[in-house]
Amino acid sequence: MISATLRLPRGAFTLDVALDLPAHGTSALFGPSGCGKTTLLRCLAGLERAPGGRVVVDGEVWQDEAAGVFVPVHRRAVGVVFQEASLFEHLDVRANVQFGWKRLAPAQRRVSIEQVVEWTGIGALMSRPATGLSGGERQRVAIARALAVSPRLLLMDEPLAALDAARKAEILPAIERLGELPGITIVYVSHAIAEVARLADHVVLMEAGRAVAAGPVGELLSRLDLPLPPGEDAGVVLLGEVGALDAPWHLARLDVPGASFWTRDPALPVGHPIRLRVLARDVSLSLAEQPGSSIANQVPAVVEAVADDTHPSQVLVRLRTQGGTSALLARVTRRSAQALALAPGLAVWAMVKSVALLD
Amino acid sequence: MSWGDDAQAVLLTLKLAFVVTALLLALGTPLAWWLAHTHSRWKAPLSALVALPLVLPPTVLGFYLLMLMGPHGIVGRATQALGIGLLPFSFAGLVVASMLYSLPFVVQPIQTAFEAIGARPLEAAATLRAGPWERFVHVALPLARRGVITAAVLGFAHTVGEFGVVLMIGGNIPGATRVISTQLYNHVEAIEYPQAHRLAAILLVFSFTVLLGVYRLRPQGTLVGAPADGAPRA
Repeated sequence: MISATLRLPRGAFTLDVALDLPAHGTSALFGPSGCGKTTLLRCLAGLERAPGGRVVVDGEVWQDEAAGVFVPVHRRAVGVVFQEASLFEHLDVRANVQFGWKRLAPAQRRVSIEQVVEWTGIGALMSRPATGLSGGERQRVAIARALAVSPRLLLMDEPLAALDAARKAEILPAIERLGELPGITIVYVSHAIAEVARLADHVVLMEAGRAVAAGPVGELLSRLDLPLPPGEDAGVVLLGEVGALDAPWHLARLDVPGASFWTRDPALPVGHPIRLRVLARDVSLSLAEQPGSSIANQVPAVVEAVADDTHPSQVLVRLRTQGGTSALLARVTRRSAQALALAPGLAVWAMVKSVALLD
Repeated sequence: MSWGDDAQAVLLTLKLAFVVTALLLALGTPLAWWLAHTHSRWKAPLSALVALPLVLPPTVLGFYLLMLMGPHGIVGRATQALGIGLLPFSFAGLVVASMLYSLPFVVQPIQTAFEAIGARPLEAAATLRAGPWERFVHVALPLARRGVITAAVLGFAHTVGEFGVVLMIGGNIPGATRVISTQLYNHVEAIEYPQAHRLAAILLVFSFTVLLGVYRLRPQGTLVGAPADGAPRA
């Protein structure tokens, strides 16, 4: 468990948060630019010092001003990946990766250089000068360098923001795998909902220096009462596994709590964990199951809330699947909402036109 | 006057320049580091003080040093009380005066290089378990190395070329304070133009070679405002 209570005035806003993040997996600090995400991350790292602040990681006190404790950055079990790779340009890739590793006492080294090189796929770059790398390569090296210090807490500050779409797609899987490493908590700062949907297990939504909401990714992104990205990006993230395969038709059934979706066979074995993103624009509603429809994914659910969408012609509907275990969002026109008399408690069928498999 | 006197002056000049450069790098680097990172209100006055020798006639600097280090000056009394004796008209006095005289040529390139590195590489190093001293030695200094080399070369060359301060503080004592520039002055006074030519040519070629080296080191910059190798790339 990571607990932080931090208050730090910054020109345009005052960072003012009290957070508890789970000890495992990836937590995303999500919000628009200038909302204080980076400042919060820097406070966790110890690069900024919030007066009166308190940061406790797994029972280890990193900052407690009331008790006069402030552990300097270089004594914290932390790894940081900045938006720009910030490699040491006077060193080659190998020396960059070894920079922190060789400063650890051997007993503190929980990973080897070979391991981090393999995780990040930078084996071929090791002898290159740090100045001779592409943007994506630089960021991989920066990630390897941070992982090599066996951090308890890995802080990533929009590590993909400076990269083009192709480079992002190349590095995302590597970052995703980091979340599965034992004994490491990732705090990932981003303003891109796609990255959060793909990487985060836990989301902290920030606005104007405050944490306005926090929770598991599946719950948080389905809430209608939060300033989440509206319009095309509205949607939910569902976690589950491959439930069955229909080989002749090249289809797979992806099971999430309370719902199943048939989709293109992703070539994963049954039981493999999966992460799905279902956008509100891909979900329509019906009062009854539609046997005569080409839409194979029809999920019984109950309306939980109805809220305005960005355009006055549309509304967003939050649904609960059977057993109340998963939330879905649907976007329908206001006219349809009235025609179907959508209201909390109404049983409906969610017609899901497509789901995106995120990994 | 013989070539032996000239040779003695050349050797003394080199010795002076080496000692002054070494001391200036040792003292100027921390000063440059402080100036590059401080937000203190003393930054501006101290920067101005460091830059004074750039604009002040060397005789002014030499005059005040002579007063300070003389038997009635504060520094002079202190050195006498410490049993060091008086500094003017000694090699040690020349070293002190030359250090002040060449200070901006050493501090400014290093300071500019430190400033160009920015905070980020040092922050990255801190997150990689490097303490303050390690950050300075293993990150800041290597990234500022061209600034440091430029500082050393300029400090050395500038000390070799000084005249007014030497004359004011050191006089013209063979083997103790008589350097190339004062020896050249002696030759001209004695109308020994061939010998004067020889020394003048040595200084001219030396200075040109040094500057050529500095510009080769960093082709697109001004003399003193050296960008660091670690300057963030656009």
